[in-house]
Amino acid sequence: MAFALSVEHEKKLAEILSRYPNKMAACIPALHLCQEANENWVNDEVIHFVADRLELSTAHVKGVTTFYHLFNREKPGKHQVWVCHTLPCALRGGESLVKHCEKKLGVQVGQTTKDGKVTLRTAECLASCGTGPMIQVDKTYHENLTTQDVDRILDGLLAD
Amino acid sequence: MLKQTTYLTHSYDKADGHTLAAYEAAGGYKSAKRVFGVLTREKVIEEMKAAHIRGRGGAGFDCGMKWSFMPKESQKPCYLVVNADEGEPGTFKDRTIMERNPHSLVEGCIIGAYAIGAHAAYIYVRDELHLSKERLWGAIAEAKQKGYLGKNPFDKNYPMEVYVHTGAGAYICGEETALLNSLEGRRGEPRLKPPFPAQVGAFGCPTTVNNVETIAIVPTVFQVGGDAFSKLSALHDWNDGGTRLFGVSGHVKTPGVYECAVGLTLRELIYDLGGGILGDNKLLAVIPGGSSCPVHLADEIVDVPGNDKFAPYNGKSFLDLPLGVDAFRGFGSMLGTCGAIVMSDQTDPVLALHNLMRFYKHESCGQCTPCREGCGWVERILDKIVAGQGSIGELDQLHEIASNITGNTICAFGDGAAQPALSFVRKFRPQLEDYIRSGGKGQTRSLEA
Repeated sequence: MAFALSVEHEKKLAEILSRYPNKMAACIPALHLCQEANENWVNDEVIHFVADRLELSTAHVKGVTTFYHLFNREKPGKHQVWVCHTLPCALRGGESLVKHCEKKLGVQVGQTTKDGKVTLRTAECLASCGTGPMIQVDKTYHENLTTQDVDRILDGLLAD
Repeated sequence: MLKQTTYLTHSYDKADGHTLAAYEAAGGYKSAKRVFGVLTREKVIEEMKAAHIRGRGGAGFDCGMKWSFMPKESQKPCYLVVNADEGEPGTFKDRTIMERNPHSLVEGCIIGAYAIGAHAAYIYVRDELHLSKERLWGAIAEAKQKGYLGKNPFDKNYPMEVYVHTGAGAYICGEETALLNSLEGRRGEPRLKPPFPAQVGAFGCPTTVNNVETIAIVPTVFQVGGDAFSKLSALHDWNDGGTRLFGVSGHVKTPGVYECAVGLTLRELIYDLGGGILGDNKLLAVIPGGSSCPVHLADEIVDVPGNDKFAPYNGKSFLDLPLGVDAFRGFGSMLGTCGAIVMSDQTDPVLALHNLMRFYKHESCGQCTPCREGCGWVERILDKIVAGQGSIGELDQLHEIASNITGNTICAFGDGAAQPALSFVRKFRPQLEDYIRSGGKGQTRSLEA
């Protein structure tokens, strides 16, 4: 079935378009909006929809989608967890935290738990170097973490 | 010179510090009001030049000078674009401004846009910083309601809008021309310069791109006066003025962001503000201003002959050299974003290099062959070395590959990626050789202190 936005999301798209001198500039915000409305991933239907609404070629929209890490080309779990493992966080235990999360969730980085609850990812520098180690859960940062903190957070996600 | 200030950080500790009420209680929006009331564009730029604000995004270009490159008369609209794509490892200052003092950035945008003849400013925030975006949109709404934005800000017929634009996860979009492409809805690949943004920037129009902190400190300049602001710095004579946010991360007891007068030294940042090395271990090395700067060993000495300005520092530890743009450039380093990454003597430097090169491999946009292929090649060699399967020949190759990236790419990412490789190989050659000979048996094999 073709992808479509709800009335509320259509209003949001119109507001996004009003910020820019042309339609192409809305490409990334529009993709974010559609991704959120499509269980957090951008499938071909979404690409066609955005291309159509912004009067762009599907090749352009696909090119943009594949350039940026945060557009998912596969459906992720209900929650997405990113563990920062770049140097400043790694100096505070970021790499160990990645391993801990893999063990706790029973998945490798990039995979989703069998129940579809959590997708585990690593992140490259989330501008939180002074408060590492840290993880991002969906839209929220959790900083200065111990493994106990992480267990509590992950248990909450798995129970959700 | 350790002199802490609170121009940007005065309300960081308050729960409601991000609100208009808190900002105005501390004198907020008086600068924009005065600028719109009595100052011409030229006068604003003059004041900014006197303030000697060196760009806080890492390149250190003089902000007033940059603004003066914008056309006096333009047939096309002009734009101010704020680079809030903070993601350089070791750099975490802009996020604190957007989350805890967003109005300083909005007011800075109003003054900056006016000075360059723009009626719109776009703040390009990386997608991950959801709280920053929320706080900025909140601040924009509050400012609009008060009449500080819109058709007649401060009762002057000079329409002004500020928008937040978001990326989608790409470090390269912190490069100003990649950022402009991303703002226009394209893949974030850097553009060739010239033309420079001041001629052809966002949407083909004259554009100034400034860092968050650079813009956020602008209202302060008009509160204390350009020259007075510059003189807060110990490096006023080096045309490196004012105050800035210094970050310290890694193996220190109290990592964080500290606002100080320019002229702070690394020793003060690490031992006074950062509380010293974790576990009271010894300092092994420090990367002074974000991961694209060279790494320096704790015992390095300043030796810059033929320049009088360095006379007081020659023969002394570089930890006592003031953190200034030209001071660090002259020393053969880079100041970058003033976010120091500290490594104690418990750190395995080979793993640190491996970690950083993984980052650059991951973030290379792939447009230029030397960077796309070179970053991957360097990472693969380091994979082998860390696994104890490298050879001395490959170690020499690391240096050669990194040298061949430098200067051979469209943007500065290539140089930034080569810098850690070149400096780590130069300074930690014995440790790298040890890995090759013994598979790293003599190393701690850990990054954690």
